[in-house]
Amino acid sequence: MKRLQETLQQGNKLLSIYFTAGYPNLEDTIPILKALEKNGVDMVEIGLPFSDPLADGPTIQASSTQALKNGMTTEVLFDQLKGVREQISIPLIIMGYFNPVLQYGVEAFCKKCADIGIDGLILPDLPLAEYNLHYRLTFEKYNLANIFLITPQTSVKRIMEIDKASNAFIYMVSSASTTGKTSGFNDEQIAYFNRIEGLQLKNPQIVGFGINNAETFNIATKYAKGAIIGSAFIKALTTDGIVGIHPFINRLR
Amino acid sequence: MSYHVNEKGYYGEFGGAYIPEMLYPNVEELRQNYLAVMQELSFQKKFKELLKEYVGRPTPLYYAKRLSEKYNTKIYLKREDLCHTGAHKVNNTIGQILMAKHLGKNRIIAETGAGQHGVATATVCALMGIACIVYMGAIDMERQAPNVARMKMLGATVVPATSGSKTLKDATNEAIRDWINNPTNTHYIIGSVVGPHPYPDMVARFQSVISEEIKTQLQEKEVRENPDYVVACVGGGSNAAGAYYHYLDRPNVGIIAVEAAGKGIQSGESAATSALGKPGIIHGSKTLLMQTADGQITEPYSISAGLDYPGVGPMHAHLYASGRGEFISITDTEAMEAGLELSKLEGIIPAIETSHALAIFKNRPFKKDDIVVINLSGRGDKDLNTYIDYFNL
Repeated sequence: MKRLQETLQQGNKLLSIYFTAGYPNLEDTIPILKALEKNGVDMVEIGLPFSDPLADGPTIQASSTQALKNGMTTEVLFDQLKGVREQISIPLIIMGYFNPVLQYGVEAFCKKCADIGIDGLILPDLPLAEYNLHYRLTFEKYNLANIFLITPQTSVKRIMEIDKASNAFIYMVSSASTTGKTSGFNDEQIAYFNRIEGLQLKNPQIVGFGINNAETFNIATKYAKGAIIGSAFIKALTTDGIVGIHPFINRLR
Repeated sequence: MSYHVNEKGYYGEFGGAYIPEMLYPNVEELRQNYLAVMQELSFQKKFKELLKEYVGRPTPLYYAKRLSEKYNTKIYLKREDLCHTGAHKVNNTIGQILMAKHLGKNRIIAETGAGQHGVATATVCALMGIACIVYMGAIDMERQAPNVARMKMLGATVVPATSGSKTLKDATNEAIRDWINNPTNTHYIIGSVVGPHPYPDMVARFQSVISEEIKTQLQEKEVRENPDYVVACVGGGSNAAGAYYHYLDRPNVGIIAVEAAGKGIQSGESAATSALGKPGIIHGSKTLLMQTADGQITEPYSISAGLDYPGVGPMHAHLYASGRGEFISITDTEAMEAGLELSKLEGIIPAIETSHALAIFKNRPFKKDDIVVINLSGRGDKDLNTYIDYFNL
């Protein structure tokens, strides 16, 4: 978690990339991570694929389905990531849905993440109340940041609760949507970015959903600490494979 | 001990609201309001009036004389198949459309498997003049073409779910995604006692009219409110929740839940969630769930499109785990034969879902004086093609 907190303190306009582990090919996890680090990406969200990804649009759904077909499982991902810290030094976050974590065992999962050198988790369907009640101490024991989402509809009161429960950054969903749905920002979204910036939260915010090119990346990072690109990156991987990572990142900044 | 939901939204260890933050404001709005709205006199009046005048309630509690003679016990059928649209589903959609109006929503979404809930939702949307979008698995749309046509006639837009296995769970995923993308003007009418709290409780309360009527009707016929057993088929579990509701905390009433074993529990083609599931999260609820060791949700199978859901409502998961409910699974073959038997003995062609509940008598003996109420959840018209193919009619 320290690695993540340091990155958040040092940099601005942080670029975070999401990809689905096991996509396009089962063994691509480490090569993708290496290419991302080499091309100057500041942190990475490694997607643990799930059969029923409720918050995701068609692009990430399709990549998850393919990754599962390729044979990706929680155990396989952990095996691939064993020793990753000898090769990769940027912060690594695992993003997934709660059920696979629950089946692995929350404590066992957190321990494995700590052993590997994972810095945090994003589990969109693990709600704040449940986390505080049952899992917070486990996450803390293994020094894992739990990253919560906020949306344009999240009340100020709840944002404050989420800020309090967070210890790295807040994942700021740019619009009411699933992933990969929108592109470009409208006035309403800019007003939302301004509103959140004005709250002066203790945790920095990283914007996700709807970031797909240099323009949207620059706008989002004017208001927030950084931005996350997911669906657009998966699309680039689909068409150009790992060799496409260099030009894709170059086009962003 | 109560088998109803607690104030945190749980039935024992099951339930809760495991939802992404994007859904929080909608679900929270509902959670804060649903009980108060349902208790308002004007809401009650409107709901009861529509159930009476539009749905055709109360539905009869019919003493099945020939079936009773055959199995040497006293069998009553709660005739939900006589509801408008042909099944119990409409009790819930009437309630939820009134709830949606009360909350100022002007757009309705729903998921459907066999199309029964989709039709019931499209029906109440037509009744109220509200826009209706129904998500249905692309494969189910092919299998259940007449219900797709019904929904279209009723003015609904039917959107095929093309992700995953293209059936009910995927249609539910798509409906949830729609709700995420339309967070302010839309109400999601979930068709069963599944989903995040407060849905399981809200839907159970709307369906509880079934057991409320059974109490009164049994009092008239047998001078007692309590049967010895109340029996229902369980997919997600809404008809069962309604039939059990007022009996949950009456321990002298036996609760029997009948699941679809498909081609047999160990065949790999089954929907018997209590036998094959483990606690997990599906559609925002912690419940028993059919899944891989790795936590991926698996695709269930049943000849009945209304029972092939990989989870079960959290109320039922708790009834199973606590031992309060007796869970029986019935194969395709047993169900189909029971459907034919009821048709011949009583002149009632049941939905194949309901046929599962009717099939228990072959293997589960009851005493001669036992009063067994079966919730006859739906009529068989929609299943005629399956019956024709199966029996070469």
